[in-house]
Amino acid sequence: MSELAKIAAGSRADVLILGAGQAGLQAALSLREEAFGGSILIVGDEPTLPYQRPPLSKGYLQGTISAESLVLRPRSLLDELRVEVLCDARATTIDRVRQELALSDGRRVGYGHLVLATGSRARLWSGPGAALDGVMYLRSMADAAALARRIGQARSAVVVGAGFIGLEFASVAAKAGLAVSVIEAADRPMARSVTPTMSELFRQWHAEAGIAMHFGARLAAIEDDAGKVTGGRLDDGRLLPADLVLMGIGGVANDDLAAQAGLAVDNGIVVDELLQTQDLAISAIGDCASHPSSFSGARIRVESVQNAIDQGRSVAARLAGRSQPYRAVPWFWSDQGSHKLQMAGLVAQTDRLVEIGSREERRLSLLAFRDGLFVGAESVNRPADNMLVRRILAKPRPLGFGEAEAAGFDLKALAAAVPA
Amino acid sequence: MPMITFVRPDGERIAFDAGGAETVMHAAVGRQVAGILGECGGSMTCATCHVFVEPEWLDRLPPISAAEDELLDATATERRDNSRLSCQIPVSEALDGLVLELPEAQI
Repeated sequence: MSELAKIAAGSRADVLILGAGQAGLQAALSLREEAFGGSILIVGDEPTLPYQRPPLSKGYLQGTISAESLVLRPRSLLDELRVEVLCDARATTIDRVRQELALSDGRRVGYGHLVLATGSRARLWSGPGAALDGVMYLRSMADAAALARRIGQARSAVVVGAGFIGLEFASVAAKAGLAVSVIEAADRPMARSVTPTMSELFRQWHAEAGIAMHFGARLAAIEDDAGKVTGGRLDDGRLLPADLVLMGIGGVANDDLAAQAGLAVDNGIVVDELLQTQDLAISAIGDCASHPSSFSGARIRVESVQNAIDQGRSVAARLAGRSQPYRAVPWFWSDQGSHKLQMAGLVAQTDRLVEIGSREERRLSLLAFRDGLFVGAESVNRPADNMLVRRILAKPRPLGFGEAEAAGFDLKALAAAVPA
Repeated sequence: MPMITFVRPDGERIAFDAGGAETVMHAAVGRQVAGILGECGGSMTCATCHVFVEPEWLDRLPPISAAEDELLDATATERRDNSRLSCQIPVSEALDGLVLELPEAQI
């Protein structure tokens, strides 16, 4: 009898992982690497095995990466590792007293430990015209497949939100020949994530690529002709013509089930630095988890591959008896046209920036310091810098400005230096 | 049936048929070869799929791009003349017999 058949027959999983994304899969893989011998079941609400999402707004959308190559691990490996994946299954309630998860088809699955890796969903826009044909979101493989088809038929697009998803989509659409307008409420692109200096560079580069950027602007309504999108109306009355509208206005944590089960939620499922909820039989990881960050000094929720992988590893280590606080260095990347933007650490509250590289060649890094200490960096088309910065930030002792300056801001030398 | 062999730093050899995988990194990750992380999924962002290629194979692999060359300068284990990122080696029948050494560290 297969693991899944046993589980379906009314038994339980020693570790039940709700959410079949990058975080949930990583938790399962890391448990096996930690030599965890119990049963592991991943329950996911999509039809496919766990897949990587970053290419959905990049290569997959452009048609250079196939759906098959997005799948993170083949079925054969999961079978070999005894990791069961239940696809197309939606959880309806968590019964914390009986330690059971109820599924929408009526099944109940018991758990020894429950890992909530439920991810995030796109924030919905609710203004006039929100439900029109041609108003799209980008979160899942199905979303991306639908968008790719639309790009092929569309002549113009309005992108709402100049965040990573919006700008990656805008770059792909512009390259495909669409006339693209971006609407952003803030006064600069990626305002919540990058320094004003980096925002300004990307504003210029996107403008040069022919993308019309509207900052400090709000979408008032989506206009249509017989149900088909014809454009976005700004609150100042201007109409931006479009036969496609992509909403990229952020993500919302999938924390509803946890909240219904009485767990604390605060922009995500509240966990401590060990990624435990207040119920010791339940952990939360990845996009859905609101965790205390040693880098920002505050409670944060991060939607990134790095956060998903490292929290998956961290929870697995704890369940295998090697408990340690989550302190991984955050890193992120975003491909926008020919620009590979990468970040490591948290640069938002920097008080001193040092620029290395060349703006002309569009290969540069901004090294961020705060209170005299190195806190992170943003790079464009300098992938090596990003790796070196990750390594510098992972050291037990922070790097001081004076030390970095004395080394001529040579990241390789600084990364190689033995911490004192 | 391209058989590929990974040699761990302790000398242990892991050999398997990489057929069907897009790149050597994907093949290794699909077999859970410890020591190949491929965190960025092959988007040339992370350098966590670093390998040392047996010298006789070097000329039979596609050339190193400028971006790969730059990333190889930032690997956790210092690069050597035979360093490659395994996400930049597409799997084909021609790789049958390829031997790759794993570095001590990827992060």
